[in-house]
Amino acid sequence: MNPVLKLLLEGGRLTTAQMAQVAGLSVAEVEQHLEQLKKDKIFLGWRPVLDLSRDAAAGAAVRAVIEVKLTPERGGGFNRMAERLCQFDEVESCHLMSGSYDLLVFVNAPTLQKAAAFVSEKLSTFGGVLSTSTHFLLRSYKEGGFRLDDGEGSGDRLNVSP
Amino acid sequence: MSTTSNRWVARHVATLPRSGIRDFFELVAKMKGQDVISLGVGEPDFTTPWHVRKAAITALEEGKTYYTSNLGMPELRKAVSHYVTEHFGVNYRPDDQIIITVGVSEALDLAFRAFCNPGDKVMYHQPCYVSYHPSISLVHAEGVAVPTYAKDGFALTAEALRAAWTPGCKILMLNLPCNPTGGTCDRAQLEAIAAFCREKDLLVFSDEIYSELTFEGTHTSIASLPGMQERTVFLHGFSKAFAMTGWRIGYACGPAELIDAMMKVHQYAMMCASIIAQEGALEALQRGWDNVCEMRDQYHRRRDLVVRRFNEIGLTCHSPRGSFYAFPTTTGIGMSEKDFAVGLLKEERVAVVPGTAFGENGLGHVRACFATSYEQLVVACDRIERFVNGARK
Repeated sequence: MNPVLKLLLEGGRLTTAQMAQVAGLSVAEVEQHLEQLKKDKIFLGWRPVLDLSRDAAAGAAVRAVIEVKLTPERGGGFNRMAERLCQFDEVESCHLMSGSYDLLVFVNAPTLQKAAAFVSEKLSTFGGVLSTSTHFLLRSYKEGGFRLDDGEGSGDRLNVSP
Repeated sequence: MSTTSNRWVARHVATLPRSGIRDFFELVAKMKGQDVISLGVGEPDFTTPWHVRKAAITALEEGKTYYTSNLGMPELRKAVSHYVTEHFGVNYRPDDQIIITVGVSEALDLAFRAFCNPGDKVMYHQPCYVSYHPSISLVHAEGVAVPTYAKDGFALTAEALRAAWTPGCKILMLNLPCNPTGGTCDRAQLEAIAAFCREKDLLVFSDEIYSELTFEGTHTSIASLPGMQERTVFLHGFSKAFAMTGWRIGYACGPAELIDAMMKVHQYAMMCASIIAQEGALEALQRGWDNVCEMRDQYHRRRDLVVRRFNEIGLTCHSPRGSFYAFPTTTGIGMSEKDFAVGLLKEERVAVVPGTAFGENGLGHVRACFATSYEQLVVACDRIERFVNGARK
């Protein structure tokens, strides 16, 4: 496997220079690997993992998960419809699912009203959408591999031990 | 007559030297809150895998709060037997050839107390784990240190063993892969050591706590070599490979008569290991192997990073074949191990342990544990580089 991809998969918080040290490559080589991963559309970009509940202003945002049932389009199946849905800025991520519904859509909106408006005015009126079922996120416990509480009690580990 | 409480301390305890680690620990403790990166620990940075912790929680919920058999839970002994057969190629009967202990440290203490008469000589390779020599002294036996060297990758050689041997030597203590050097022996080297043990009728204590963390080649247990199972006490535990240091669960395997002798001491001193920890250990053996492999792969890559950086910096460092310790030398930059460790801590806030904490053969070396995150290791190596460059000016 591409050594840089392996490091990215591990989800570490390494800078390019640190990745170079860990993988035993030069910084230029790591950048080349990253470029190649971008060209191959494997590496799409960086995003921070945030716990917005700790910020009063940003914490007011609403997140919802919407189960969407669709009528597949002739010739395009679910893909074309999913791609169109993804054009909405409110859609954070979108997945085709097995089971009782077709798409699982994660939505971000600044207020409850705006999230509701997205569902009732934009999503449910979208051609091919048979039904939606919206679930609002109440509280998060783990995000992108990070626990949102104070973490595990490793702070008392000895600094020097035999 | 002395008027201090010291007059009640037994002579052989009073004369026991203070651990070199302890001195250094106190120095580091004084710098609390100063962004110290510690490469001074002797334990994994991973938390015990969740399914293992959950097994212990479930045991508590089910009310498992009682004593177990002195030898340990029968299911755990069965699982240990299976594990040791599969990974070390040696068969032990769960009923009378395995004892579960409070860490390998207790198993080792039991072995010294069960098999040493006052004056018996115990050979051990050095640099070595800090407890070996004191444990030997506590049973009024005599330690015979056999040096290992960086030029051999800190492997123990039969030649060094023969050179150090004197009449009265009864036991050989092995710890391969070794804390603090990461050195180990390949099969041919072990066969030569085994032949020497048979020739001199030595009993072997083999502490193989780091065996799963072998990065090159496969680990061979001396107990698996012809004619050795009957003269070997195989010691192992969960602390390192399964990241379970605080659980304190180890085990000893050996001939039934030897395990019975160790059990005699254990039943009076300890009764049994904690049932909750034993339940966790059972889960680790049954479903924890994937976790071990993942952690080993991480240590392997961290080792490559640290060893490469140390050599670049000018701290000559052999590549440890096992364990999670690098043992570079500081003599190349003209510093003693103590000056280096103290200077590095004070100037750059990185803690490493002076090699002499592990015996006089650790002179001119420091132990750096690489069981910490990449981020920390990268920063620690940069700080060490700055310190070394500053010291050279």
